[in-house]
Amino acid sequence: MSATVFNWTIALPEITLALSGIIILVAGVLQRKGEGFFPAAILSLGAFLLCGFLVLLSPSGAGYAGTFVNDGFARFMKVLILAGGFVAVALCVSYRTSERQPLPFETPVLMLFSTLGAMLMASSANLMTLFVGLELSSLSIYILCALERDNVFSSEAGMKYFILGSLASGLLLYGISLVYGYAGTMEYTGLVAAVRASSMPPMGLVVGIVFVVVGLCFKLSAVPFHMWTPDVYQGAPTPVTAYMAGAPKFAAFALFLRVMAGPFGSMAPRWQILIETVSILSMVYGAFAAIPQTNIKRLMAYSSIGHMGYALMGLAAASTAGTQATLIYLAAYFVMNAGVFAGIAAMRRNGREVNSIADLAGLGRSDPAMALALAVFMFSMVGAPPLAGFFGKFMVFAAAWQSGLYVLVSIGALSSVVGAYYYLRIVKVMYFDAPAHELDRPAPSLLFVSGGMGIATVAFAVGLGPLMSVAHQAALALAG
Amino acid sequence: MNPAIASVGLGPYLFVSAALLVLGVFGIFLNRKNIIVLLMSMELILLSANLNLVAFSSAHGDLSGQVMVLFVLTIAAAEAAIGLAIVTVYFRNRGSIQVEDVTMMKG
Repeated sequence: MSATVFNWTIALPEITLALSGIIILVAGVLQRKGEGFFPAAILSLGAFLLCGFLVLLSPSGAGYAGTFVNDGFARFMKVLILAGGFVAVALCVSYRTSERQPLPFETPVLMLFSTLGAMLMASSANLMTLFVGLELSSLSIYILCALERDNVFSSEAGMKYFILGSLASGLLLYGISLVYGYAGTMEYTGLVAAVRASSMPPMGLVVGIVFVVVGLCFKLSAVPFHMWTPDVYQGAPTPVTAYMAGAPKFAAFALFLRVMAGPFGSMAPRWQILIETVSILSMVYGAFAAIPQTNIKRLMAYSSIGHMGYALMGLAAASTAGTQATLIYLAAYFVMNAGVFAGIAAMRRNGREVNSIADLAGLGRSDPAMALALAVFMFSMVGAPPLAGFFGKFMVFAAAWQSGLYVLVSIGALSSVVGAYYYLRIVKVMYFDAPAHELDRPAPSLLFVSGGMGIATVAFAVGLGPLMSVAHQAALALAG
Repeated sequence: MNPAIASVGLGPYLFVSAALLVLGVFGIFLNRKNIIVLLMSMELILLSANLNLVAFSSAHGDLSGQVMVLFVLTIAAAEAAIGLAIVTVYFRNRGSIQVEDVTMMKG
């Protein structure tokens, strides 16, 4: 291992993002009160784009004394994370709080720093980088949740997420300390050797790994560590909810795949059953608990719990095909989820936000374009071919089947049938229910996001070939 | 191995840190009163992990555990600051920081 090589240019995208975050923050402070938001948002979007290009051009290799690694897998996840951050900032632009004010200018900056933490997680080669990246990402989100300072729901969401989130970080850290103690190193390369050294790993190491898995499951909002999700999704400002459903989830998956397939890969038969159980519970709970919901943001919270269950299937398969399937699933989840949140952000009446599913009634007549886009996303979430969600689900099911996890696949198929009920109910409300009062015209930025994601969802099959080969390279980089 | 660790062994250190962890976790789940107590419990959890890291670092003769502790202390400070800020905002809106009052959203 090139432990002494510093090689600082390997983190050029992260350095760029950090510097632009600081510059935007200073520029925002110098503006007059209330005028800083728009320039800060536009500059952040620019920073995300620039950083995306730098990620695509960045070389593979390790640096920073073996704490940071860049490979095909890190690049794939970073592009996904940056795209998630970009969409969330784009949704902020037209957002108005219940006081009809724009969000404070710190919002895009905090999203930018949170994205930076998420990118660090994707590139971690050491438990230290893992923890620091995770905390940078989480601490920013705690603030983002409580950002609407005059709204009691927003501050309650921030409070709940903070308490449970820091509990999870604490458990993760305790797990890291045990892994460090019993393996004697924090570097992933060293951990591989320590885990392979004996056929029977020490008890402390196993306990440590379980703690790490619990902490990561919490960040993914996988059952049984999901209890914060519905409340936080409902209470946080809509663009923040859109952010939370995207980038941090991809980052947690990046960590999960990197740690489980890398250092603890040779212990797969031991942790497989754990991931399998979490995956089954998430899929079933996400499907059934969503049925009685009336608030669409709460519904999306249960939907995201379910989707994390499906994506975990690929990890439970513990194979290169499984990793590849999870990556494809996350890409599909990104396009349809970002589209739905653009639709939710567009739900306003007389300038005020409305979040009930019943408010969508009659959208098929009053705004056919938005209704069509939402219907496409809902069918994609169900997994109807030839939309994006179908390919994601098909790939994870196939990978789990190949690994012999027949029970998991059957339960997944059944719960996706149950899930179809609540997704299609939204389509029914939009097209067949008597119209409610008309919603406001959506802002151009929301039309841009939902249109773009709609096209991506429909045309997912066109780009599937190249995407699969990139995901395959990424999975190989992780296994090798 | 460090003489301090060698004289008593690693066991007592691990025991104390496990006890701190359990205290912290129970403090969060059994506490039905004040949110400030929750913040204190979280600090206990982080400190229990820190104690582990220092003890292991000393036992292995490897510095990376102690470097990690410095990072964790910094992060814990940031976390406490953010937590108190959120508690302040919450108190302004709700007029209470009792755990049983954090129930506006349910379902």
